[in-house]
Amino acid sequence: MLDAAIVLANFVVIPALSYGSLLALGALGVTLVYAVLRFANFAHGDTMSVATMMAIYCTWWLQSLGIDFIRPLPTALLAIPFAALGTVGLLLVIDRLVYRHYRQAKAPPITLVIVSVGVMLILHGLSRMIIGVDEQRFFDGGRFIVSAGEFKEWSGLKEGLAIKSTQVIAIVSAVTLMAYLFYFLQRTRTGKAMRAFADNEELALLSGIRPQKIVTSCWILVAVLAAVSGTVYGLDKVYKPFTYFQLLLPIFAAAVVGGMGSPVGAILGGYLIAFSEIGLTYAFKRVAGHLLPPSWVPDGLLQLISTDYKFAVSFTILVAVLLLRPTGLFRGQAS
Amino acid sequence: MSGRDRVYFVLCLLLIIGVGIFQSWNVALTMINFALISAILSLGLNIQWGFGGLFNVGIMGFVALGGLAVVVVSAPPVEEAWRAGGWRVLSALFVAVLAIGGSLFVWKRWRPKKYGAVSLVVFLTMAFVLYRFLFDPAVLAIEKVNPALSGFLGGFNLPVLLAWPVGGLLAAAAAMMIGHIALGLRSDYLAIATLAIAEVLVAILKHEEWLTRGVKNVTGLPRPVPYEVDLQQSIWFQEWASQLGIDGIEASSLTVKLCYMVLLIIVLALIFTLCQRALNSPWGRMMRAIRDNERAASVMGKDVKRRHLQIFVLGSAVFGIAGAMMTTLDGQFIPSSYQPLRFTFLIWIMVIVGGSGNNWGAVLGGLLIWFLWIQVEPIGLATIDFLTKPLHPTSPLRVHLIDSAAHMRYVMMGLFLLLVLRFRPQGLIPER
Repeated sequence: MLDAAIVLANFVVIPALSYGSLLALGALGVTLVYAVLRFANFAHGDTMSVATMMAIYCTWWLQSLGIDFIRPLPTALLAIPFAALGTVGLLLVIDRLVYRHYRQAKAPPITLVIVSVGVMLILHGLSRMIIGVDEQRFFDGGRFIVSAGEFKEWSGLKEGLAIKSTQVIAIVSAVTLMAYLFYFLQRTRTGKAMRAFADNEELALLSGIRPQKIVTSCWILVAVLAAVSGTVYGLDKVYKPFTYFQLLLPIFAAAVVGGMGSPVGAILGGYLIAFSEIGLTYAFKRVAGHLLPPSWVPDGLLQLISTDYKFAVSFTILVAVLLLRPTGLFRGQAS
Repeated sequence: MSGRDRVYFVLCLLLIIGVGIFQSWNVALTMINFALISAILSLGLNIQWGFGGLFNVGIMGFVALGGLAVVVVSAPPVEEAWRAGGWRVLSALFVAVLAIGGSLFVWKRWRPKKYGAVSLVVFLTMAFVLYRFLFDPAVLAIEKVNPALSGFLGGFNLPVLLAWPVGGLLAAAAAMMIGHIALGLRSDYLAIATLAIAEVLVAILKHEEWLTRGVKNVTGLPRPVPYEVDLQQSIWFQEWASQLGIDGIEASSLTVKLCYMVLLIIVLALIFTLCQRALNSPWGRMMRAIRDNERAASVMGKDVKRRHLQIFVLGSAVFGIAGAMMTTLDGQFIPSSYQPLRFTFLIWIMVIVGGSGNNWGAVLGGLLIWFLWIQVEPIGLATIDFLTKPLHPTSPLRVHLIDSAAHMRYVMMGLFLLLVLRFRPQGLIPER
């Protein structure tokens, strides 16, 4: 019984929690842009990619300087602030050069979506040109917090539980960032102004909120979210420009499922997508093996959907939500 | 078409002739053929976006379905695989269709009653178990049949040209289903939904090996035009080539490409004429009215949702035809080659740059952007090579820059899109 729970925790719950944390951070980035600037930002995946690239170069630079006082944590954590700063600069420049014109011309949202596709292509091309298409690993430090062998020895169970340090980093950094974000939105003056602006632009403008300030702070938040989620995802898995482009889809799914424009929805959507992706494609045979008497255990893998369709799961949820409840689980802004 | 529009087309022609002279005619002809297919794709998107204002970013999925049509129609059947599990797979799919239909029935019939949701779940679980019971062993059996060479069911061994309309029909049928689900969402939700659905379609083609061989690809698909080797061996061709004074091997390859080109031009001309007539008909005017103001059109008694579905299906059928043509031209079906950047977003750039709402513009965008997509790489390489000449040939910066030139095309395409949107939002040839 306990063994079954450990297997489940090891292969489903912990990976889904860390993956879900990253999806939630990504979805928050998308949802903030949607709430404040009112378009679906197709460039977010590649923004994360460029941010991660900056973090990787910083990590290499720090490593070459021999800075490793945060061992056993990976050096990349030190690089995140630099990457975040770089990304803030990048996004503000892009906003000034590209998006501002359409905002002032009061272009329809769909034009902004097409514009963001252009930005996506440029960022994607840049990350391919600068760091190349290959996989980059930049993890250093201790791999495991709890390794399977140690856990078995300690608990005397048949199944081991392994917790990777990167998984914990992902969860902890996501929770910290989310807590800060909600503090910012609920308690600070700028955060309140931002929510007011998202809620009703004209009313906000009438009460003297400066739109440029709102937009700037929105991009700053998005840049920090992109830098943290991108870097931590790269630490946990691997960095590759194309993978980050593909991340756009589950991120969108999470944001839409939760309700575009709703931060709470984005977080829940992220975890929902992660748990269903991993849960539906996991082979439950080993869990069943611990729960059922041996003669009852079926021959098959007890896998609902083959892992090939991991991506398809999130899209199916996305389509189902769009059909049944187009505003998402938490009423976001639709139509 | 105004005088300036003609200049654009002449410019395109000159660019291609330039490639023929400076690179080779073989390269130029290959480029023309793919540019023609791109023009057809962008005509399809022009129907959806230019006429109807539908934001479809799922083009890739329909193109891939067109490619599947070529496999299903023209590949030779694998008898052994059919015996091993063909009928079982088909019956499993039949069960799946019944289950979906049945669950809709259960849902409609019993939802008001007490156990509506429970009975639906029970029904679906039973259907799923039955489906997997039929499907899994059959797929294993099929994929075990000579896996290195076949391992799939094969097709019907019919003439490959038949696959072009079939590809259109297949894509249209898929669009019909998808449209019922996705249309009616606001534009950016529609974009996300279609992007997702296209990914799912391609994932299916990539992993259902019994149908498409998956990542093992289907190669050696039949052709509608003669093979180079046959041409080289026929006497009349050798005489003809020597009269023209061209090397036999090159002549044969050029001839094959010219044959393809003629076929592609015929299809393009056909679709273009139909589009042009549709655009200038009452139907076309109605579509543009709906695009410009849905509410007003709906007040005037137009069934907006139905028209949107119609235009979504028509445009997707064009994508399917183009997809089938592309697979025929390649002679192989490679599911993993379908990537949204190349098959969806590039087509969007073509339509936006060319001029959405104008068929001439769409064709121009298709030709021009395809030329740039292919030529940005060599041009970028030459530029970097020239600029870094002073550096040592093995200097790391120079090597890195030369390696990175291949990816310059994404940056350039994004830049084109942004520049056109900013300074000429109506495109090179605006809507009349």
